Amino acid sequence: MMLTVCRAWLLAVAAAFLFLTIPSVSQAVPVDEPLADPALEARARALHKQIRCLVCQNQSIDDSNADLARDLRIVVRQRISLGGSDEEVLNYLVDRYGDWVLLNPPLNIRTLALWLGPVVLLLLGGTFAVVVIRQQRSTQGVKPEPLSEAEQARLSALLDNDRDAL
Amino acid sequence: MRLTHILPLVLFAVVALALGIGLTLNPRIIPSALIDKPIPEFTLPPVDGRPNGLAASDLRTGEVAIVNIFASWCGPCRVEHPLLMEIARSGEVPVHGINYKDLPRNAVAWLKQYGDPYQRVGSDRDGHVSIDWGVYGVPETFVIDREGRIAYKHVGPIMRDDLDNKILKKVRELQGK
Repeated sequence: MMLTVCRAWLLAVAAAFLFLTIPSVSQAVPVDEPLADPALEARARALHKQIRCLVCQNQSIDDSNADLARDLRIVVRQRISLGGSDEEVLNYLVDRYGDWVLLNPPLNIRTLALWLGPVVLLLLGGTFAVVVIRQQRSTQGVKPEPLSEAEQARLSALLDNDRDAL
Repeated sequence: MRLTHILPLVLFAVVALALGIGLTLNPRIIPSALIDKPIPEFTLPPVDGRPNGLAASDLRTGEVAIVNIFASWCGPCRVEHPLLMEIARSGEVPVHGINYKDLPRNAVAWLKQYGDPYQRVGSDRDGHVSIDWGVYGVPETFVIDREGRIAYKHVGPIMRDDLDNKILKKVRELQGK
């Protein structure tokens, strides 16, 4: 009799414990955990690496420990698991945070200088170098005037002096 | 002087100017992508212990409104708080709040201590609605026009100058005064 009461108590405690540790659905606080489906998780991770952490600025949300980065990781995972395409997920964030949220900026009117700037600078520098080198070449071909007799005599004297010094 | 002689100097000047502008910009201020866009669809419950949550429909009443994102753990929020109180006292424009990733009891205690300028406060425990608003830090303050579009966004604490020359100026312009 005593044993059965005890066992009933134990069961009740165990049940209460189980009930308390299972997170209730209504209170579910989203967690920063990998998705169960490895394919979806791989897509989420790939996207995380492309998204800038807005408070740490030059880290991706995959790298960052910032609170906002964590929240953005969760948002990306939620949207992916709800069937959003990669493009839809990125567009959602770009709509809210602008192109700046992408670590790899898209090519458009506003980023034209960013993408074409280096090429333009290279062309400018290259043209400059070519012009300067050509100019130097054109003066290279001209032979200097031969030495006059007086200059030749001075040169010989100087060379003789050096030989004596040795 | 030949062009090739002056070219390096010109290039240097251009690069120096570009870097000069680039390095003096504030990298914390990210241009909002949501200006002139409709506010996001959302419904937030009230902070426990406080009436009136906040939903998108509360901001489509045909009235200009201010929405302030705040948290009790946020230092700069305290800095701007007296100015929000001032707007609330003037009654010029309704101020609503989104309580960002905060514990309700902390938020309620904070509002009790420093004053409560908000008509409605939505509790955004997990911060997801704020992400919908393009928020990346607290405080942030939005001016909503009569049609429920985001007309202006201020990032960081509101200073006297921001209030008078930007936020209230925008509000008055939208109110047609």
